[in-house]
Amino acid sequence: MLSLACESALAAVADAGLEMGDIDGYCAYPGGLVGGAGFSGPSSYQVIDSLGIQPDWHAAGAEVPGQLGPVMIAALAVQAGLARHVLVQRTVAESTLGLPAQSMSGGAIAGDFSFLIPFYAVSPAIWLALYATRYMHEYGLTQEQLGWVALNSRRHAARNPRAVFRDPLSMDEYLSSRLIATPFRLYDCDVPVDGSTSVIVSAAGATSGLRHQPALIESMGAAMHGRPLWDQWEDLTTTASRDAGAQLWSRTSLRPQDVDVAELYDGFSFLTITWLEALRLVPRGGAGAFLDGGVNTDLDGRLPLNTWGGQLSGGRLHGMAFLAEGCQQLWGDAGEHQVTARPVNLVAVAAGGGNTCGCLLLRRPG
Amino acid sequence: MAAWYLPIPDSESEPFWNAAAEGRLVYQHCRSCGNDYHYPRARCPHCWSDQVEWRDASGRGTVYTYSVVRQNPMPPFRERVPYAVGIVELEEGPRMMSALVEARPEDIRIGLPVEVVFEREGGDDGMVVPRFRPAR
Repeated sequence: MLSLACESALAAVADAGLEMGDIDGYCAYPGGLVGGAGFSGPSSYQVIDSLGIQPDWHAAGAEVPGQLGPVMIAALAVQAGLARHVLVQRTVAESTLGLPAQSMSGGAIAGDFSFLIPFYAVSPAIWLALYATRYMHEYGLTQEQLGWVALNSRRHAARNPRAVFRDPLSMDEYLSSRLIATPFRLYDCDVPVDGSTSVIVSAAGATSGLRHQPALIESMGAAMHGRPLWDQWEDLTTTASRDAGAQLWSRTSLRPQDVDVAELYDGFSFLTITWLEALRLVPRGGAGAFLDGGVNTDLDGRLPLNTWGGQLSGGRLHGMAFLAEGCQQLWGDAGEHQVTARPVNLVAVAAGGGNTCGCLLLRRPG
Repeated sequence: MAAWYLPIPDSESEPFWNAAAEGRLVYQHCRSCGNDYHYPRARCPHCWSDQVEWRDASGRGTVYTYSVVRQNPMPPFRERVPYAVGIVELEEGPRMMSALVEARPEDIRIGLPVEVVFEREGGDDGMVVPRFRPAR
């Protein structure tokens, strides 16, 4: 997995039109030795050493506003003048090395996990299934509407040669796939992969002569205004995405209806629903009706959604791939899954669930 | 060695687990502001007072939300599927995660009245863990 991290770093640096020697910062989620090697990927020190980076700024951790946390940390660092070009990474090897829940079974349970694991609530699938059940109870979301998150992603993945699942998925296949934790079925859960995503966050004054017009961060959302515990969050029909989304819109004069493309985390299908509502792209409780039938979220629909296939079909690259796709959509670089029915000027990107939530609004310069 | 899925009590959580071993379900109460809450904290998360005490819960509550788990590859859970997990709203207010037992999965619903039961997990060197079953 260290080789994956290096490969994606080299590709991103080259794509930006930079040299590795220009990279003076490094940020990553979640850093080494968090939740098992397959989940954490390499430690930041391994990557920094492997690539010979001489960082003026570095940070890696898991207790941040979701998987986009290191992007925000990098943005703050370049804004503060601590660095000019920060390499930001997320690397996973969950296909070969396993998921965090599997690594947990090595020892007894400590800290706040003491009030989840002994009660059989042993994985994110279960924690989020509890949220989805409550949401369905309050807003009448149907299993089929939930399934449209997966069907939409699969439709887009067919256009993405790097996606894991590219064969069409029918509603019948979705509904007959095995139950994991009600209401989640197999295709409501993302697919573990080995992979690495790299993004370069550059200071606003350091982008002349680069290969792309930069994607500008118009605003960021990181707020978390509830108890940061899976079972103590007071409103289980939403997550900290609610607060991150509100903060994002409080920091811009742009509006939800200005968004051209949405890349919204789908570690579980239900999380895309929470983000659609948190970012006010649909009315509260209205995500199911919006998703139903798939017309609104197609590449030529009202709001093209998870255009690369998402983690449900593209692979569980854990947040950062949504950002990479958002940038490529702004650049017109998304190949067969490029949105062409409208100009792409503004992209909403979001990652995370539970209390670890963060979102970005990206726009073209000018 | 104790079962992997059982907790290592710390100074804050030990009263909860000691009470469970005696067949009592407890939560914390702030004598200063009256806040009742779950997850042991040395100070009240609402008013930061250290005048917090453990109180016995009635053991009665309702299912706030639930999930029926059908797949879990990890022992011992792989032998226990399907099983139900829920967040139970205690009569006294706090919510807590728990397994829902002694019920058929199809009989569990949001709002179902439940009551606490105590089960020993992990054999002789294990621990007593509170669970909930449909109220009788």
